[in-house]
Amino acid sequence: MTSRIPSIFRENAKKNKKTFISYLVCGDPSKNDTLTAMKIMADSGVDVIELGIPFTDPIADGPVIQKSIDRALKNNVSLKDVISVVEKFRKTNKKTAVVLMGYMNPVHKMGVEKFTKSINKNDIDGVLIVDSPPEESIDLNSSLKKYNKSHIYLASPTTTNQRMRSITQMSSGYVYYVTVKGITGSKLTDISTIKKNVAKIKKYSKNNIPVAVGFGIKDSKSAKQMSKFSDGIIIGSSIVELIHKHSNNKNVMKKNLTSYLSSISRAI
Amino acid sequence: MKNKINLKDYPDRSGHFDIFGGVYVSETLIHPLKELFSAYKSIATSASFRKILKAELRDYVGRPTPIYYAEALSKYLGKSHIYLKREDLNHTGAHKINNALGQALLAKKMGKTRIIAETGAGQHGVATATACARLNLKCVVYMGEQDIQRQSVNVYRMKLLGAEVVSVNSGTKTLKDALNEALRDWVTNVDDTHYIIGSVAGPHPYPMIVRDFQSVIGHEARAQFKRDYKCLPDYLIACVGGGSNAIGLFHPFLNDDVKIIGVEAGGSGIKTGKHAAPLSAGTPGVLHGNKTYIMEDKNGQIKNTHSISAGLDYPGVGPEHSWLKDLNRVEYTSVTDKEALDAFFTLTQKEGIIPALETAHALAYAFELAKKSKHKKLLINLSGRGDKDIDTIAKLKNIKL
Repeated sequence: MTSRIPSIFRENAKKNKKTFISYLVCGDPSKNDTLTAMKIMADSGVDVIELGIPFTDPIADGPVIQKSIDRALKNNVSLKDVISVVEKFRKTNKKTAVVLMGYMNPVHKMGVEKFTKSINKNDIDGVLIVDSPPEESIDLNSSLKKYNKSHIYLASPTTTNQRMRSITQMSSGYVYYVTVKGITGSKLTDISTIKKNVAKIKKYSKNNIPVAVGFGIKDSKSAKQMSKFSDGIIIGSSIVELIHKHSNNKNVMKKNLTSYLSSISRAI
Repeated sequence: MKNKINLKDYPDRSGHFDIFGGVYVSETLIHPLKELFSAYKSIATSASFRKILKAELRDYVGRPTPIYYAEALSKYLGKSHIYLKREDLNHTGAHKINNALGQALLAKKMGKTRIIAETGAGQHGVATATACARLNLKCVVYMGEQDIQRQSVNVYRMKLLGAEVVSVNSGTKTLKDALNEALRDWVTNVDDTHYIIGSVAGPHPYPMIVRDFQSVIGHEARAQFKRDYKCLPDYLIACVGGGSNAIGLFHPFLNDDVKIIGVEAGGSGIKTGKHAAPLSAGTPGVLHGNKTYIMEDKNGQIKNTHSISAGLDYPGVGPEHSWLKDLNRVEYTSVTDKEALDAFFTLTQKEGIIPALETAHALAYAFELAKKSKHKKLLINLSGRGDKDIDTIAKLKNIKL
């Protein structure tokens, strides 16, 4: 199955809407809860779900996501489990795109070929490996391309113009622009620089790939602000925090997650 | 070896040692790493920089360090000869200062005002704090909570030297988590901050930079051996955690006809699974920015390590070591906590030199080799002194200090 992501961005653009991307860690507080949260996301206006693969050494993540990953690891959630959660999700949802997001070592351990084959078989739309920049992921990139899956790369405030060109060339689906120098959950600063850099990525992109922005977006106000000059916005830490806060009361979690996501969706 | 390659020509231009090494980091760090690479190539290889570093190493660190022939110990063990490259005599008591000072000088030239570092046993932290005091740089050291407890003296030394020591409570609360936290700091403060990694680990160009600054050990040793004994040693032996003291000794000898042995931390024994020996019992994987042998479970999660010595308690190893292992150029082996402890006491009692527990691993292997061999010259990197381990030893012997 071809990745849904390009058509999602296209359809949203036609309706003058921005694409809403949300992140959560698979297996925190449990695999079943993750599945429930994914369904809520899909019903509350989320277009693309980035599903985090737990890893012991998440060097790009701030405390909120680190702790979430730790809890998932206590439940022994592996890459195989993450894929099986998507398999279950697909039984009721064929519309929402799912991207697996994580670090290289679990993928390396499974083997790149086996991994992408499994991505294809389970109708997963794309992959984002945080610690595998273009120069270290040529195999993964060509393997994902073979299956018409999206390979999302990061661009950051420190990315040079020349790199922006090569990153957009190798990316498919969208480019994930990291708004801050820092880790997930950092505070947003200097909106004008973000705006300038998003414009720069678009300028250097030959394939007109959508640019989504993430890191530091916490509420509908910042989501709206960021959506003005990008094609999509990504929210992670705030969602992870919300799910954790209400992990003992599933009904409150469902209610709060629904209203939080809906408010963002309306704002963009 | 299939083709004759110059082992000293690596890493290649993309930072790889064949399949090992590389730059497995998030995008934000790519540019700073490239900047560091160009700064290193233009500044650190210049004649003026080398001159300054050489003077610092001589007058401030106390180099060259001697090679000491341990005659009494050699006779006690058998018919071979034990030589010690005395890195323990460096200022701050270990080889770590060679790299810390080199990188701090480089950072200063690059216009950075803030230095961060990770530390396990505290030796690299102390060396970095020292270099920062010497060069008037702000210094923050990340250290696992568990290591802070077992290396309290070094923690106090760092604070005396003006460094801020940040306790790391995530993950296993040891060296690997301190490295994670330092990387997170760096990605947040890359504009004014230089990260001094303490071992030949991390993303390119770190394994190369740290190796080059540590190679002063091997260059000196090679010249000293030729001068004093008109030959090269038969064996080089060093302990391997991340592997900076080992590569520092080994690298200048890679193209020579010398047997080279790296000794990992066998902990309670390889078979028990409680060890820190990725080259002896691990698999290639990706950790802390490079591809190398690591200790992982069947799902690719990094495993907990165990070693009596905090400085070897690390689930990865420098990528160059992984490459040298696969090329069969260096033989990697391990000794247990107990064997290392025995060697610690033997050297202390026979020669009056108290070695670091890390170093004691290399000694333990060398002593066995000396017993089995005849008329061989064994050169061991005495990478650090053992004062920092006195508390650990006393506790093991139920002695209250």
